Amino acid sequence: MHKGFFRRLAALTRKETLELLRDQSSLLMGVVLPLILILIIGYGLSLDVKNVPTAVVLEDSSPTARQFVSFTQGSEYFRPVFVHSLTEAEQKMRRHEVSAILYVPQDFSRRLAQRDAQVQLLLCGTESTTAMSAQGYVESSVLAWAAEQGLMRSARGQVSVTSRIWFNDANTSTWFYLPGILMLVLTISGVFLTAVVMAREWEHGTFESLFVTPMRIAELILAKMIPYFCVALMGMSLCLLAGRYLYELPMRGSMVLILGESMLYLIVALGLGLVISAVTKNQFLACHTSLMISFLPSVLLSGFIFDLHVEPWFIRLVSEIFPTTYYLELMKSLFLTGNYPPLIVRDTFILLGFAVFFLWLAFYLTRKELEE
Amino acid sequence: MTEARQGHGGNRQAENAQVPGIVEARGIRKVFVRKHDTTVALERLDLTVPRGEITALVGPDGAGKTTFMRLVCGLMKPTEGRLHVAGLDVAAHPQQVQDALSYMPQRFGLYEDLTVLENLELYARLHGVPEDVRQQRFDHLLAMTELAAFTGRLAGRLSGGMKQKLGLACTLVRSPKLLLLDEPTVGVDPLSRRELWVILEQMVREEHLSVLVSTAYMEEAARCRSVFVLNHGRILAHGTPADLCGLAAGCCYGVVPPAGMAMRTLQDRLLREPAVLDAVPAAGRVRFTTRGRPEELSALRELQLAAQPLVPRLEDGFMMLLKDDEARQSVTAPAAGAAAMTKAPQALQAPDRAAGTPAAAGAPVEIEVRDLVKMFGDFTAVAHTSFDVRRGEVFGLLGPNGAGKTTTFRMLCGLLPATSGKLRVAGVDLRTARTQARANIGYVAQKFSLYGGLSVYENLRFFGGAYGLYGHRLRQRIAAVMEEFQLKEQADVRADRLPGGYKQRLSMAAALIHEPKILFLDEPTSGIDPLARRAFWQQITQLSAQGTTIIITTHFMEEAEYCDRFMIQDHGKLLVLGSPAEIRARLGRQGAGMDDIFVAIVEQARGGTADA
Repeated sequence: MHKGFFRRLAALTRKETLELLRDQSSLLMGVVLPLILILIIGYGLSLDVKNVPTAVVLEDSSPTARQFVSFTQGSEYFRPVFVHSLTEAEQKMRRHEVSAILYVPQDFSRRLAQRDAQVQLLLCGTESTTAMSAQGYVESSVLAWAAEQGLMRSARGQVSVTSRIWFNDANTSTWFYLPGILMLVLTISGVFLTAVVMAREWEHGTFESLFVTPMRIAELILAKMIPYFCVALMGMSLCLLAGRYLYELPMRGSMVLILGESMLYLIVALGLGLVISAVTKNQFLACHTSLMISFLPSVLLSGFIFDLHVEPWFIRLVSEIFPTTYYLELMKSLFLTGNYPPLIVRDTFILLGFAVFFLWLAFYLTRKELEE
Repeated sequence: MTEARQGHGGNRQAENAQVPGIVEARGIRKVFVRKHDTTVALERLDLTVPRGEITALVGPDGAGKTTFMRLVCGLMKPTEGRLHVAGLDVAAHPQQVQDALSYMPQRFGLYEDLTVLENLELYARLHGVPEDVRQQRFDHLLAMTELAAFTGRLAGRLSGGMKQKLGLACTLVRSPKLLLLDEPTVGVDPLSRRELWVILEQMVREEHLSVLVSTAYMEEAARCRSVFVLNHGRILAHGTPADLCGLAAGCCYGVVPPAGMAMRTLQDRLLREPAVLDAVPAAGRVRFTTRGRPEELSALRELQLAAQPLVPRLEDGFMMLLKDDEARQSVTAPAAGAAAMTKAPQALQAPDRAAGTPAAAGAPVEIEVRDLVKMFGDFTAVAHTSFDVRRGEVFGLLGPNGAGKTTTFRMLCGLLPATSGKLRVAGVDLRTARTQARANIGYVAQKFSLYGGLSVYENLRFFGGAYGLYGHRLRQRIAAVMEEFQLKEQADVRADRLPGGYKQRLSMAAALIHEPKILFLDEPTSGIDPLARRAFWQQITQLSAQGTTIIITTHFMEEAEYCDRFMIQDHGKLLVLGSPAEIRARLGRQGAGMDDIFVAIVEQARGGTADA
């Protein structure tokens, strides 16, 4: 450590903080954006399928049949429309007025007596998520009804099908998304903000005079990280508070671990931002590069929206080269399942590796030199 | 190299041989290797900067001044050669060198979101200036730079001159072993420029600073103890300003054009004479250098003018060196772009008009401006400005950066709506018929708006099409402008691969393709070398003789001499308007240079407000 390290680091950090405070856009990105993300994704974006518009074609008008379809009424999962014929139901589906058709044929009660009753469920495949959920709802309702009727009795005794979704009892997608939002907030404030602030100095030519001072590169890099680390911590706290109090996220794992791992990931993100700006030296390019190699993978490849276990192997392979994947895995686990040491240890080491690598690379690439 | 080296300058070097200079460069070579080409920025440079005095590095843009500065700072590594600063090898110990020197890059290196004081504090802390010394030092610097009243103002809100002084103050938060200033005064008004030099000279006296400054202004170089002249990465000459002036001794003359002839017209005719090395309008007459006898020049014989010998200035010596060097270059490499760039435009087609009068007072008014105001929020960019421009006139808008000239200019071209006032261009009200007015306007923007990916021909075809030309007429016009601006050989070259001077000519060609009545040029001469600037003004002289009205902005005050009439703006206010001769007469300063005129006007204006 060179003489005057802390004095110069303090001077640079002070300068960085003043610039950050005067530049509204950085604060906006670090604090307001997380808030908006939490509210939009928390309240607006929901993959829960409720109120599926369903056409019920009841050709059999016996009380049994009526009682059978009654599960569609008074349920938050269905919004039934009773029609008279399959043709009419089909037209409704073509007009996208309904997503499912439940067809109860004329011989339903007669064949029920022979234990051979059949109903038909037609689903609109253009909305596959809705279709899958609706199928599940109908199947479980039918089974429940059958059990109630004592139709499930077999030689081995009573069998009932009970499904339960573990770790997300209410199956609310908000819970599923909150760790993702936390990851996005840290990525945005970490990667974007640092990538742009370094590139801005290259563009404005301020580095040219800053370099010709006793300042060392390590001091510069640390001074760039400290204020943005704090801004990102604010964003993170907002996310955690919102998760706890707005959405009642369980947070089953240790709070210390959640905070510690988030800070570790933040260092990874800041390091990546510094690397991007050292390479691009241009704000516009830095923004685009950040978008391509941090934001988009965070959204699409980290398991935030698409579950990685169901992706093809090569997509999974690609996702494994991004640190976000590991951080998100950790957060989901810590928030929803609780402490699971093997996973925590593995992912912590991976993130630590990324942090060291990016910081080393940023340090290596940022030279007190001009190219042209 | 030159006589200057063996002369007085040679002795000085011998004296310095015992004490090594603060900068010792031996055989420095710097080559940039890029995707498409390899540029030699510096070619075997040997240079010594002596201690305790100011040394100037002068040369046209692209001569290698900035590259050399960056090498000295250790921001770049030389391809070959040895470079020592204060006895330290720069390549081996860049950080020690950076600890010892201060550097002000061309763009001042200020943080615009920090205040004046915060900028100073940052640099003081980085340099480890102790707290107790700091306050005293700041007080001294702030007093000298007259920034004491603005310590709380953001650096981004300062005027160009103030930024430049703050930039200097930041490099002087402690006394460096070597101070490097890279073109510290480009685009700054003459008054601020002089103030900066006073500060610099005071600091050199007080603290025995060693300073290396690069500059494009010869009058600044003339204030230095020794001067290095650089061109194409080589040192053309080295000596005291007097040595370099001496190169042009007995070669400088002045001639006053006959009544009714514009100075630029006489200058153009003189430049066409092979014996004339340089000609430039200055202080009410045309100043020229020739190694022959002025009586033998046909231009002077025909007009029956007698030239008076003049005392040479540094610029005369400098221009002679450049001209001789370019001549050598064109012999060794006839295809070199640099030489072709400075080729004079073709002789005027209409010699009668070329004899040209400054646009007669009776000529119709092409541009009429009454009470023009432009506000940006509560900031007045242009305050109540009125003037007329007549057909065929060359009208200059002068002023330092940020004076309001670009804003005025944009309103005239219809790019920016005026807040209030009357604006008629080519007989059309700009408020109501902007499109119609534009058809009569050609516009050359500050950063030549060319399409880099298109060839010269494609650019011209596009601009022609944009102005509504097509078919035979378009082809005819493209051929005509390519001929006029000597672009034929470059027809298939991509615009972004053209050298600066060619880009400028292509922009002019594109702006003139639809034969506009009025040509607007925004800072066309910034960033091009002095020889190309001479050629550019010859082009303007020719266009004006053909009846095109020309409005031009420039921050080179001396270029006012080329204008029939000009106005000077400062802080959005119109300070003065008239022909160069009228303004000199009004101020009672016959024979004064334009910088002096500007300083006199600004001081008068400021004195006036102080009285009021």
